[in-house]
Amino acid sequence: MSTLRSPLGRVRGLGSAKEGVAHWWAQRVTAVALVPLTLWFVVSVLALAGASYDQALAFFAAPHRAVPMLLLIVALFHHAQLGLQVVIEDYVHQEGAKIALLLLVKGLAILLATLAGFAVLKLAFGG
Amino acid sequence: MADTSGLRNDPRPLSPHLQIYRWQITMVMSIAHRATGIALAVGTLLLVWWLVALAAGPAAHAQAQGFIGSWFGLLLLFGWSVALFYHLCNGIRHLFWDMGRGFEIGAMYASGYAALAATAVLTVIAWGAALVLR
Repeated sequence: MSTLRSPLGRVRGLGSAKEGVAHWWAQRVTAVALVPLTLWFVVSVLALAGASYDQALAFFAAPHRAVPMLLLIVALFHHAQLGLQVVIEDYVHQEGAKIALLLLVKGLAILLATLAGFAVLKLAFGG
Repeated sequence: MADTSGLRNDPRPLSPHLQIYRWQITMVMSIAHRATGIALAVGTLLLVWWLVALAAGPAAHAQAQGFIGSWFGLLLLFGWSVALFYHLCNGIRHLFWDMGRGFEIGAMYASGYAALAATAVLTVIAWGAALVLR
């Protein structure tokens, strides 16, 4: 067996989805970014174990913690949304339901990322 | 004319049927990667709630902390931490595959067990540290 692709598919060279490299690559880029960011976040949460309200407030007021937190939020929600998109495309075959779910997931990801980012900025600028 | 024999007569492999397929660690870990990814996405709700509560003020923060500190909150947090460490370790495995490395059967199993062991070690370290620091 030399190839899994049909002759027509091989000529067109686009695969069944006609696109996808951008999605695949963005998922990998955010994954690599999330390795250090996630480890940093876990250590930060541990440092905040048992912390008071004022201590937690002061924690995110420092720029060297607010900035990585913002980067984490962007990478996290981008990565989650890309991953959930693939799950939906794999398992939801009814076109209307698929598009509705994709819109819901993307909308929620943007909403949650904005909420979290705004909260961090508010903490950082002490408002 | 174009050769169309490949369309019909190639012995193309069939997808395994889950009902008759023998379960093995590689497929379980693949399914678990997706499952933990979905769980982590849902878990971001807790993260956003906690951040927004902290920004909203002492009363909202106390409410969020009260939930997270309850037995149910701690159970969620434990499950979330296991899912996070698993998805992280197995994700690094995926990144090596993306570079075309580690596809040999032996390497596949070895990296799988290594990822499981790393998940356990990271979970124990994190919760051990949480108990000491609280």
